[in-house]
Amino acid sequence: MSVLCLVELDGAEPADASLRALTLARSAGRDINAALFAEAAPEATLASYGVAGAYLIEPSAVEGYAPLAWARALAGLATQTGATAVLAAGSDRGQEVLAHLGAITGLPMAANCTEFRSEADGVHRLVRQRWGGLLAEDAILEAPVALLTVATDAVPGVPAETAAVIGVHVYKPELAEADLHVRAVESPAGAGGASLATARVVIGGGRGVGGADGFAPLEELAGLLGGVVGVSRVVTSEGWRPHKQQVGQTGTKITPELYLACGISGAIQHIAGCAGAKHIIAINTDPGAPILAHADYAIIGDLHQVIPALVAALRER
Amino acid sequence: MEILVCVKRVPTVGGKIAVTPDGQEVDTRMSGFSISPHEECAVEEAVQITERDGGTVSVLTLGPEDAIEQLRGALALGAGRAVLLETDGREFGPIATAAAIAAEVRAHGYDLVLLGNEAADTGDYQVGIRVAHELGWPVATGIKQLSVSAGTLVARREYRGVEEAYELPLPAVVTVKEGINLPRYPSLPGRLRAKRAPVERSAPAWAAEGLRKEALRVPPSSKHQATVLGNGPEAVPELVRVLDEWGIVS
Repeated sequence: MSVLCLVELDGAEPADASLRALTLARSAGRDINAALFAEAAPEATLASYGVAGAYLIEPSAVEGYAPLAWARALAGLATQTGATAVLAAGSDRGQEVLAHLGAITGLPMAANCTEFRSEADGVHRLVRQRWGGLLAEDAILEAPVALLTVATDAVPGVPAETAAVIGVHVYKPELAEADLHVRAVESPAGAGGASLATARVVIGGGRGVGGADGFAPLEELAGLLGGVVGVSRVVTSEGWRPHKQQVGQTGTKITPELYLACGISGAIQHIAGCAGAKHIIAINTDPGAPILAHADYAIIGDLHQVIPALVAALRER
Repeated sequence: MEILVCVKRVPTVGGKIAVTPDGQEVDTRMSGFSISPHEECAVEEAVQITERDGGTVSVLTLGPEDAIEQLRGALALGAGRAVLLETDGREFGPIATAAAIAAEVRAHGYDLVLLGNEAADTGDYQVGIRVAHELGWPVATGIKQLSVSAGTLVARREYRGVEEAYELPLPAVVTVKEGINLPRYPSLPGRLRAKRAPVERSAPAWAAEGLRKEALRVPPSSKHQATVLGNGPEAVPELVRVLDEWGIVS
């Protein structure tokens, strides 16, 4: 059984979310092919994840990101390679392209899967995230070609036991002009710096920060640890910080090594955004705050005293 | 501008989420119902556009009769017309949902259809796109900024630190994310008007889909109750030791 996986790049290498998708792809079939909208394939990494065929979608056919054209190219490539499953990362682009693919083919699409196995021809069992990952759904998928995206914060990316021998091919998709009408025109975003979604350390601030002017110590700490500041929904609803810094079900899902949650009670919509963190430490005045049920460690106290003390201790080192 | 906003009635979850014993739905004995933050923003965006450029906002939901509560909530914020696509208790999948929405769009005629980027409960990430394909309209998803002028709209979102702008001719489908605006609170006259407003009803056909739910469950959590390192600033040396151990500081 052949599986096709859309691989997004982060620079020249596969994005973290795509490595997770490739990992789940190996439980969907034996022959793993990767589709890349790029001029060159990160061959070594793809081979180590078990990819036997890397298909570069001819760059002149699709310039930049055009969701419908990407889906059309995947549809053609899936037919050519005889794929019984097509996967993508549960990223904004992965969800969008696979939804288009579902609409083009009339097939169902299962979003944010964490487990997948085929029972028989066209019959699959899967587990997928609901409620932003707060609930798991056991589901049956009946489709000649399974379309799925892979949760970005649940399945860890793990290389294959034995690397594949990889072949690189160029694929020229058949596109209609209309497929290219909706296209992203890209420009650098306002605020630079590390992205919340991929940051190694996230310093979280919630209601306990007290107001828009209370974030300086958190920013300073984030700077010292090579991280970024993330906030809870109340902080963005109050207008203290821009929405792009929100960690949560309707904000950004994070997967850092450390999430330091300061003055955050731990509403369930926030937990959906930070449950993918490897370690969580909470600083909270309330020992009964729900966030403590999701944290490794906690300090009971006022973040306005603890954070400056932590900054001072780190500066002394 | 004729704008249709699609919303979904979902349980309001605060600090906890639980599943009914049969594993078929979220236990709502202790919770109310609402629409997702993405959809609150979709309603607000539609109201702002018609306040500026004129036109009407219609709000649609596919769900049980109780979902009229959510339609009235949107009417109170400035929507002028409400449509209930009434279900018989069965859960509609994304394909049947999109077909039902597209049928309403064809019957009434709209310039713009707004939805949330994904429903809070099912998180299918596809209804807006399927609606667009049914209608043969262009679609943009996950939008955080929208401007409309002279039959064209420019929709913006951010992806990995890069801003993406999409230009779409109308009619179009756009799914939005929280952050596109700050939704207003309903006014008292708005709420009184909403209470009396009529709700148009129809009953779309349910159809089986290839993806079928067996059961919902709370996933096993890797986290346990936190170990307390200490109280206040006195706990900082212990905190630094933990950060050291994890290789966060060197």
